[in-house]
Order: sequence, then structure tokens, then C-alpha cells
Amino acid sequence: MIANFGLAALWFAAALAALQLFAGGLGVYRPGNPLGALVRPVAMVQGGLVALSFAALIWLFCVTDLSVLLVAKNSHSAKPLLFKFAGAWGNHEGSMLLWVTVMGLAGAFVALAERRLPERTMLATLASQAFVSLGFYAFLLFASNPFTRLNPAASEGQGLNPMLQDPGLAFHPPTLYVGYVGLSIAFSFAVGAMLTREVGPLFAKAMRPWVLGAWIFLTVGITAGSYWAYYELGWGGWWFWDPVENASLMPWLAATALLHSASVLAARNALRTWTVMLGVVAFSMSMIGTFLVRSGILTSVHAFAVDPTRGAFILALLAIYIGGALNLFAVRASTISEGERFALTSREGGLVVNNLMLSGALGIVLVGTLYPLLAEAMGTKVSVGPPYFNPMTALFVLPMLLVLAVGPLLRWRRDRVARVRPMLLAPALAGLAAGLMATIAGLKLLPAAGIALSAVLVIASLLPLHGRNLRTVKLPVWGMVVAHFGVAIALFGMASDSAFTRERLVAVNPGQTVAVGGWQVTLKQVEPLAGPNWTALQADLTASYLGGSEIALHPQARSFWAPPQQTSESALATRWNGQLYAVLGDRSEDGRWQLRLWWKPFVTLIWLGGLLIALGGVLALVGRVMSDLRRSSAERKIAYRRMRQGR
Amino acid sequence: MTEPGSTRSSPWMMWLPALIFVGFLGLVAYGLRNPAEREVRSALIGKPVPEFALPPAAEGQPGLSRADLVDGKVRLLNVFASWCVPCAVEAPQLARLKAEGVDVVGVAIRDRPEELAVFLARNGNPYSRIGADNLSKVQFALGSSGVPESFVIDGKGVIRYQHIGEIRAEQVPMILAKIAEAGQ
Repeated sequence: MIANFGLAALWFAAALAALQLFAGGLGVYRPGNPLGALVRPVAMVQGGLVALSFAALIWLFCVTDLSVLLVAKNSHSAKPLLFKFAGAWGNHEGSMLLWVTVMGLAGAFVALAERRLPERTMLATLASQAFVSLGFYAFLLFASNPFTRLNPAASEGQGLNPMLQDPGLAFHPPTLYVGYVGLSIAFSFAVGAMLTREVGPLFAKAMRPWVLGAWIFLTVGITAGSYWAYYELGWGGWWFWDPVENASLMPWLAATALLHSASVLAARNALRTWTVMLGVVAFSMSMIGTFLVRSGILTSVHAFAVDPTRGAFILALLAIYIGGALNLFAVRASTISEGERFALTSREGGLVVNNLMLSGALGIVLVGTLYPLLAEAMGTKVSVGPPYFNPMTALFVLPMLLVLAVGPLLRWRRDRVARVRPMLLAPALAGLAAGLMATIAGLKLLPAAGIALSAVLVIASLLPLHGRNLRTVKLPVWGMVVAHFGVAIALFGMASDSAFTRERLVAVNPGQTVAVGGWQVTLKQVEPLAGPNWTALQADLTASYLGGSEIALHPQARSFWAPPQQTSESALATRWNGQLYAVLGDRSEDGRWQLRLWWKPFVTLIWLGGLLIALGGVLALVGRVMSDLRRSSAERKIAYRRMRQGR
Repeated sequence: MTEPGSTRSSPWMMWLPALIFVGFLGLVAYGLRNPAEREVRSALIGKPVPEFALPPAAEGQPGLSRADLVDGKVRLLNVFASWCVPCAVEAPQLARLKAEGVDVVGVAIRDRPEELAVFLARNGNPYSRIGADNLSKVQFALGSSGVPESFVIDGKGVIRYQHIGEIRAEQVPMILAKIAEAGQ
């Protein structure tokens, strides 16, 4: 019953998307056509219906309705409720339904809230959003139906991949999806603005809060995903350049560039074509990433059920949407005027460097991700790993961060370096001192450069506040400062992790003590333990840092029984200056236990920095939305007064 | 100073993104149409392994040199790296081959000892010897351009078969057949 309801809601939502496209198109090309007035309400109802359909799927998972194929394949009645709930999107069909749900809801919110743009541009934007949604509805209904029945019903489900049975999973994919599917709004705004030739500051201002919102979710999602991989995979690393990770990083790089160029367009009416281009590219990267992951043409640790027809279907969607938008861009870009000019030494100039470097990094990641495919087409098969990605992205990111230290201090239009030079003395000295110490300590080039640069940025990111009354500083400026400070913090964490991590891999008997980077870790015993749907061997460790008080750690080697799989649950001891990371390995023939221990100084700063970057986004978003609300209520008051005076 | 991708001067530049995208489409369409592993005959098949000597890559395990490959025993030489995802995917198959009695030797490409130790502890260590090829010299000398790759080398040190990409579960019997063939 619920499954039928969910499927019906999905079909209705798809039909409404078709209506939204049709009515929107009429509204754009036959101005004054009454159907145009339907577009906003239809967008809202469509968003509501697809959300209901998704709610139905979650319900099916929560009650473990085994007459639904997807539930039988991916869930199990003995699973804790949280993982039943999260299981709804821990699979291909469910996550694609989440995808269209986010698209539908994003369109609904824009239809509800965005009143700034000319109505014709709005109709074009909503029609574009409906057009893209329609393709994904078709994909769900014809190639990935989540509500397919299983007849007869299964007696028990096959369970959820144990790797995914973690509270992190409950929140990580939805966060990420809101982020990178939310970028579809930027795509639609860009298409709408190009179709109606309205690429200007108003377009940038209308688009910015939506991009900012999606970008915040994306930032949090990537940060959380990195932490999740760090403690769940038990490999001690925080970024693996896996195709799936790259698939989320590429839209983030494009969206970050888009945010910066949109602020140039909003404030200075420059970088018009570039901003439109990035609006198209950001969501295109989301779609390309999804395609690369789901079609199975790249090998990844994130295994989704692979189906070549699905791959071909998504590829066709890519060709239509990205190809269509890029053609529109090619035709219309030459009619978009250049916008205001500016000198190289100016705020705009700094932001152009930011944009070019982020785009360069994006190109590096894209080429690296696709390279195995390219090589295969040439007749070899390769895997491109950190030896390529780390130095190549650093090549673009490190110079960009150097400009980040200066750019926010420059004035719009034209400035002189000499004016800001005195302010830069402190960060430059800090950077030199840190770089010198890192060199004396014998660090490798990249970590040393990272530490020096983070010292520069910690101070430089705060300089925009220098000499200002902190109470009158506007929220978006606070947002920028906090986000840039977060970049410095995260960079320090990354450099410190790669420079100072100490690792021990040992085989020990109970009672033995191991030293790793200032820690004394003792294995007391190993005990069996039973969980709700797993059994485990749990090590009882005590650890003390520099002779301090003892902390208990309990890494586990878990065996799940539905489906049967082994995972290792790492145990972490967090101090202000780093994390001790412990993993229990196999038992050797002579009865000793394998233990892997890492001491990772300041590694937590990586994720703290990520969260600060997102917090900066939140501050900027709140500031922008508040000033928009204030302005529109002021405008209403003025209009009201005029109306009364007119009488 | 104008904006990047200055518009009026060169409208054809605006087609560049679309052109790049067409290239991308062609590439992935090709990738979708050819999902199966194709056997590529290396120019080195039937030739002896070039002279090389690699230092040990993992603690407590010997390195690898040409001399280790000419003692009359057929071996599977696996080119891998701890940073390579398909290599981790391949690990269970190597373990199966080892269980079938195959002597597997490894060449670790551009790896660090501590990362390699983690990789082996996690994915199992099927190797009797692992040489550290930090500059990819031996890899290139073997005619291999990527990781993972595996070579069946007969007892005289002659390359009999080159497998490009990870060994998949269904390919294990084929690899065993190649090894048996090389032993005759």
C-alpha cells in the first residue's frame, strides 16, 4: 500500500515537472500567457509530492516491508532502527530518489522565496529546474524504480553493508546530496539568465544565497565524510583521492569559485561570462561525479550496484543537460557584455586569481579521476594515486592561498600593494619563522610549505578586521574571516598530519606495552563481545600520554552476520594536540595480537577547519538573508506610504 | 586587465567548454562500451626479465632482483602500491593464488614503508619478496605503465604473460592456467 502510494506520488511529481517545463516555456516565449502564473505553485506542489514519495520509502525501510525488492535487498529486520532509517538512502535507487527530492524541494523553495529577479527570468529558471528534474524522474521510473515489488515477499532481508552501519551514514549522504544537488539551482539560474539575457548583478545576488546554502552542506558533507572514512575504514588516512571523494570535491571546488566570482558580479558587475560558466560547471560536476560513480567505469572503494544500462541512461542525461547548457553558453556568451573593468591589483584581481587557481585544481582532479579511463582507451590500465594528486593540486592551491592572504585587504577596482604592505609584515614574519623551523626540523617540501603558509594565513585571515569596530563589522565579512581562518586551521592540520604522524605496527601478548610518539599503550586483554547484529573481539587497551593519567581504548574486530563481513572498528583518544588511533588486527599463530597504533598530532584540526569554513558560510548566508529581508520590508513600507499619499 | 575568458574578442573561445565536454562524452562512452578487460600482449612477452635489483620494501621481507626469478620456479610478479585502490580490490585474488601454491613476488611502486605495512596488514600479504621501486624504473623496464599489473615469469626468468589491471575473482583460474602453461 505504502509502496503504491510512493510510486504514485513519484509519477505525479514527474507529470507536474513536465507541466512546469511546458508552462514555464510558454511564459518565457509568450509573455502574458496565463499558464505562466501556474509555474510557481506547480513547482511547490511538485516539491511536496516528491518529498512524500521519499518519506514513503523511508517508511518502508523503517517497517522492513519485505514485499519491496529494494528493502529485501538492502535491509534486515534485526537491524537497529537508525540504520533501517538510513538504509533508505544507502543504496542506488534510494539515493537517486533522494537526489530528485532535493531537486524538487530546491525548486519549490526558490519558487516560494525568490522575488528579486524579473518574472520572465524566474520562469526560465524554474522551467530549467523542471527540465533537469524530468530526466532524473525518468531515470528513476524507468531504470531504477525504488518501489519495485518482490513477489512472493522475502522471509528475511539481505542486510546492509556493515561498513555503512554507522551513525555517520545516517547524516553524511543526505548532507552531501543537499549540497551537490542543491547546486542544480545555480545551474538553473545560470540557464534562466542566459535564456532571458539577464546576466548581471541582480542575477548574482539572487543566486548567491542558494549557492551559499548548497556550498555549506557540501562543505559539512565532505568534512564529515572525510572523518567517517578516517575512523570507519581503519586506514588512518583522511583523504584517499578515491573517485567518489573526487566526485564530491569537484563540485565543491567549482562552487567555491562560483561563490567568489558571484560576489564580484554582485558588487562590481564584472566577471559576467565567467560566473555564468561556473554556475553551469558546478552542477555539471555533480552530475559527472554521480555518473562516474554509478556507471562502474571507475574502480572505487564505494561500491554501488553497477549496471551498464544505468550508466548509458545517466550518460544520455549528461549529454542533454550539460551539452545543452554549454551550447547555450557558447551561443549567448558573446552577447553578454564584458562588464566593468578593473586593475590587476584590486579585490577583483585577487578573486580572479582565486577563480583561476580553483579551476586549475578542479581540472587536475578531473583529469586525475578520468586518467585511468583515458589510459584504458589507449590500451593500458592504471591507477592514479596521491603521488599525482598531492603535488599537482598543491601547485594550484598553495599560490592561491598566498593570494588569499592579500586579496581581502585590497580595495575594489584599483589599489596599490604599497598601501597594504605594512599590514602584511606580521603574517610574512610568522610564515618565515614557521618555514625556517620546519626546514630545520627536516620536513619535506610540501608539509613544510603547508606549515609556513598556515602560519601566514592564521594572521592574515584576521587582518580584514584590523582597525575596525568589531561591533559594526557586517556578518558577511565575519563569514569571510571565519572561513579563511578555517582554511588556515585545516591546512595546518593536514601539514601536521603528514609531517609528524608516528606509526607502530606490532604483535603483542596481553600485558605488553608499546610506545608510540609520547604514548605508552598497554594491551590488557582481548575479549569477545556481542552486539545487536554482530559479534566482535574487543581489545582492552590503556594509554597514557607523557606519563599522564590512563585512558581506556577499545578497538574491535567485528564480524557481522547479515551480510557476513568483517570490519575493524578503530578506537580514538583525542587530546587537544592530536589523536591516538588504535586498530586491532589478527591473532598470529603464536597467540600474539596485531596492533596498529598511530599518534597524529593536530589531525583533528583538519575537520575543525572544515567546520569553521562551513560556519563562515553560515554567517555570510544569515547576513545576506537578513539584509535582503530588511530591504524588502523597507521597500514594502515605502510602497505602502506612497500608496496612501497617492490617495 | 579584463576578465578571464574575455568575451567580445574571441567568440569561438566560448565553444571551448562544449568541445571539451564532447571529448569527455566520447571518452566515457568508449569506457561504457568496453567494460571488459582486454588482453594486451606486451612487447616483452617471450623476452627475459631485464636485469634489476630492488631493496626490500617491507620490514622483515627480502627485496627482489632478477637473480631471484631464475631458479627454475614459475612465479607471479605483481606490480602494486599501497595508494592504489584496485590493488586492494585485487588482494583476495592474490591470496587465493598463494593458497593454490603460487609463489607471488611484489614490486611496490613509489611507496613508503609505513604505508605499505598498513596496506599489507589490512589486505593480507601474499608476497614472498617485495622490492621497493621508488622511481618506477623496474616497472617501466617490465613494460608496465600502471598499477596493478601482474606478470607470469617462468623458471628461466622469461615473461610468459602480462595481466594489465587488477586480477578479478573470475580470472583466477585463467591465471592459474597461464602459470601451469609456463611450468611445462
